[in-house]
Amino acid sequence: MDASEHAEPVLRTRVFDSDDLRRALTRIAHEIVERNHGADRVVLVGLYTRGVAIARRLADAVGSFESVTPPVGALDVAFFRDDIGLRPVAPLGPTEVPDCAGRVVVLVDDVLFTGRTARAALNALGEFGRPAAVQLAVLVDRGHRELPVRADYVGKNLPTRLSEDVRVRLTEVDGGPDGVELWGEPA
Amino acid sequence: MRHLLSIGDLGGRAGIEQMLDLTATFAEVMQREVPKVPALRGRTVVSLFYEDSTRTRLSFEAAAKRLSADTMNFSVATSSVSKGESLLDTIRTIEAMGVDAIVVRHRASGAPHRIAAWADAHVVNAGDGRHEHPTQALLDAYTLRVRRGPTLDGCRVAIVGDVRHSRVARSNVYALHALGCEVILVGPPTLMPESTDGWPVTVVHDLDEVLGSLDVVYLLRLQRERIAEALFPSIREYTSRWGLTPDRAARLHPDTLVMHPGPVNRGIEIAGAVVDSDRSLVTEQVANGVAVRMAVLWSLLGGGEFV
Repeated sequence: MDASEHAEPVLRTRVFDSDDLRRALTRIAHEIVERNHGADRVVLVGLYTRGVAIARRLADAVGSFESVTPPVGALDVAFFRDDIGLRPVAPLGPTEVPDCAGRVVVLVDDVLFTGRTARAALNALGEFGRPAAVQLAVLVDRGHRELPVRADYVGKNLPTRLSEDVRVRLTEVDGGPDGVELWGEPA
Repeated sequence: MRHLLSIGDLGGRAGIEQMLDLTATFAEVMQREVPKVPALRGRTVVSLFYEDSTRTRLSFEAAAKRLSADTMNFSVATSSVSKGESLLDTIRTIEAMGVDAIVVRHRASGAPHRIAAWADAHVVNAGDGRHEHPTQALLDAYTLRVRRGPTLDGCRVAIVGDVRHSRVARSNVYALHALGCEVILVGPPTLMPESTDGWPVTVVHDLDEVLGSLDVVYLLRLQRERIAEALFPSIREYTSRWGLTPDRAARLHPDTLVMHPGPVNRGIEIAGAVVDSDRSLVTEQVANGVAVRMAVLWSLLGGGEFV
């Protein structure tokens, strides 16, 4: 067996520290309000696990400079995935979607990769009503799309190799300080 | 887990709790305006019932449909079984049509195990003879956990009645014990198993002796055909000694819950007024049956290596 096949991944780049991450989310919060001419019609729906935490932070950020704090929902897309039976799939948390009929739903996730989770989220969301529009906000877009999906709000465009791994840490989910790191095989 | 034939297949407390957590997820799905997910699209679930059932059969069918699986019903009365087809031939026929899961109820204990040995499909035991009824025990545990949450540790549960012939009692003893409950079997000696050696239970013959100390009274259906076997003198005497009458219900602790797997013989093992009282979980048990069966079908057909 070739040892290099099993090499432990190493930290390649610190993409965001906690201040960078906070600034990126503050910017996205402003972009959401700007694009939707206010926050009155906006509903933020996070995708498990870290998307839910990010959606809550975005809602707080919007609330800090607008007169309204948008409602926050949480969506588990496990039962809508297209890889059921191909790999173990487990639900990650309780789904709670506020009334979104006629409102603008911003789906929130930590990393946009193949686009398959976003696709599943669109289908899952459709069972809760018909939003006026659906937008997508992600902390990191790492490329390698397998479906025609594009994010409306991006914290950081991060070119990656398929073999690499983007690790997002959030205090309320992972403990410790916030951060985004790129891990990969040793050079 | 490849098949669910007995509670033991879930691998103890952690596996059972994982299944109850998954049930909670599906209970939420059932609250949605569209109570259906595409999780098992393209899978086929066949129910093969060699014994009468309404709630179990309907609830498995509802569960499969809410997961978007296709369902087929094999009703013994209208099938080739009445022409003398053997169980093995029936299974071969069903499998030849391409099914992913077989939900089976059979009057013979062990029939689902036999089928599991033959079939490529996943097998779910929906009640076999006097052996086990694992999804009933799961839905009972789930119902109890919702009420008493987050754990059942130290919960005192009396299972009352015809334990000897009851698959519900067997599955519940294993499941409730694994979840930390203290299980007491109550009933006449003639309706107790020949031996309870190795069962994690206490056996008591006098219901009134334990009545005031219980958190849950779980009444089993009195199988009236047993009276022909002279296992108890008369239905009236059974009710007076082991039935949950209004008088006994009044002596329960105010928080004590009452459960029954259905169908209920009102006025025999439990008074009608007690079935309809606030302490009764009978309706919730039925309602939770669908979510539990969704969790089981999903674990076998969709979730991958789950338990």
